[in-house]
Amino acid sequence: MTQASPKVWLDRQHCRELLHQMIRIRRFEEKCAELYTQEKIRGFLHLYIGEEAVAVGVMQALLPEDAIVATYREHGHALVRGVPAGSIMAEMYGKQEGCSRGRGGSMHLFDAARRFYGGNAIVGGGMPVATGLALADAMMARKQVTACFFGEGAAAEGEFHESMNLAALWRLPVLFVCENNLYAMGTALELSESQTDISAKAAAYNMQAEAVDGMNVVEVEAAARRAVAAIRETGAPYFLECRTYRFRAHSMYDPQLYRDKAEVERWTGRGPIKRFTEWALEAGEIRQADIDEIEKLVAEEVAGAVAFAEAGTFEPVADLARDVGAERRP
Amino acid sequence: MTVMSYRDAVRGAIREAMQSDPRVFLMGEDVGHYGGCYAVSKGLLEEFGPERIRDTPLSESGFTGAGIGAAMGGLRPIVEIMTCNFSLLALDQIMNNAATIRHMSGGQFNVPVVIRMATGGGRQLGAQHSHSLEGWYAHIPGIRVLAPGTVADAGGMLAPALDDPDPVLIFENALLYNDTADVDWPASVDIDHAAVRREGTDISLITYGGSLGKTLAAADQLAAEGISAEVLDLRVLRPLDEDAILATVARTRRCVIVDEGWQSGSISAEIMARIIEKGFWYLDAPLARVCSKEVPIPYAHHLEEAALPSITGIVEACRAVLGR
Repeated sequence: MTQASPKVWLDRQHCRELLHQMIRIRRFEEKCAELYTQEKIRGFLHLYIGEEAVAVGVMQALLPEDAIVATYREHGHALVRGVPAGSIMAEMYGKQEGCSRGRGGSMHLFDAARRFYGGNAIVGGGMPVATGLALADAMMARKQVTACFFGEGAAAEGEFHESMNLAALWRLPVLFVCENNLYAMGTALELSESQTDISAKAAAYNMQAEAVDGMNVVEVEAAARRAVAAIRETGAPYFLECRTYRFRAHSMYDPQLYRDKAEVERWTGRGPIKRFTEWALEAGEIRQADIDEIEKLVAEEVAGAVAFAEAGTFEPVADLARDVGAERRP
Repeated sequence: MTVMSYRDAVRGAIREAMQSDPRVFLMGEDVGHYGGCYAVSKGLLEEFGPERIRDTPLSESGFTGAGIGAAMGGLRPIVEIMTCNFSLLALDQIMNNAATIRHMSGGQFNVPVVIRMATGGGRQLGAQHSHSLEGWYAHIPGIRVLAPGTVADAGGMLAPALDDPDPVLIFENALLYNDTADVDWPASVDIDHAAVRREGTDISLITYGGSLGKTLAAADQLAAEGISAEVLDLRVLRPLDEDAILATVARTRRCVIVDEGWQSGSISAEIMARIIEKGFWYLDAPLARVCSKEVPIPYAHHLEEAALPSITGIVEACRAVLGR
């Protein structure tokens, strides 16, 4: 097993990579929104736009043998983890070439080969599962980390507290990543939590915890590398709160009555892609030509994903009951 | 043959599974230092240590979900939930994760977890410790639901449940733990089929779990009255052994279902529906059932007795169906 470096090396290549991944998520999801209005994608569609720095930053610290448990707002995590864009798009089209054969949709992306355990649409519901994956690793003496993503809304769920306590009590290698975007659907953090400092809750479980600016991809990556290095070293869990913001509506049905436009504009003004691009250009780490090249590559990838999804096929209805249980039992 | 209790049989099965497969471990509330709420795991902590006989905090959802995750991570957990009433705190994990993930992931992931829990009333424990919710769980596609009603099944169902690539729930009626029987050990049973526990020709009694003993006793009383009752022990509540149900009804042409769950929307209702759908022409009389009364199970002894299926109630239901 190789060890990811605990430090961020911001050379030109890495800056390009961070920007490329964030732009991939942004453009992919912009296309998803468009396809939703064309009714190519149905159901709930939860966009990650504005929060890209979290998934991109955290994934830099993970290795292929590590596991990921994500939420229903997980397109970005799946993309950065390496789930092919075409198979994600095909999933949203409900096609059998999708990463869950069209059974899951936007909220339930799975990919066994990349240890991507979904796509959980019950707030907090992935947290016990992540704890159990880490329990298996600990009991089998595998030096792997399970990264568990969830929103700050999960902090109100019992499963959050039960999982944090279990992971800390049993010293399990879980990286808990709270994507604090300030709203649980439409309920503001201060309307739902007596203690709005989420990382303080983790500290209450004797877990190492820190809060970072989730709009700054470099800060997220640095913290994630520190956290993952600590987890590999000690085997104990680590809590990372990334303070971020969702630019788009909660889902495509959300008229956003609960927040005003000025607030959204304040946050978009410090958006992760905008900020990183400005910094990297000024620091001379990237040039406009790099950005143009990235946009071109991403546009091709997104177009390819759409073409793949369009060309996909629907699973025969005869297979509806397939995989409710194993086809063969001992 | 070995004389042993239902409790010993479950413990023996856990021990053998842990001895033969290092991936197997037991976790739940008070399974270790306390020795198990019903003393099922007594002595196992000393034998296997706290890693594999793992006491958990009172976090049903957390540790059940951890069992699901550990199963997906390559282990074979046995999760013990103290009573099925408490399992409601873990229902999210059982229903939304264990039962769905294989299908929802397009067959990429499976959840080979075994979840055991005590069920049933009759011990004056009141309305939050006495219910029979196995019929509810049998509603859910993606899980197998077992209800061992005999010592041999208590000992023999765990191994095939652990071999099952999908989640298996085992409901142990708490009144059975002290039952003893002379059984073949190691017990070897399947987890697919119902079993005819008593053959008969006049009427079929279909039951499972904690009601099996009462139903067999009722069959004895009926025999004394010249009524020959066949007793079918379902053993597996999901998937139902429909062939066995239809076969017994075809033999006797009359049927009473005995189920400790409430009757509205219950497993007994499902059995009746299947008989009506596929065995209607076998029937010589309307179906009947004996279930718990539609009340929260009360504390007072006489009220609790009145709420649960009784031998007398079963006998009377049979007489009514036979017009005697």
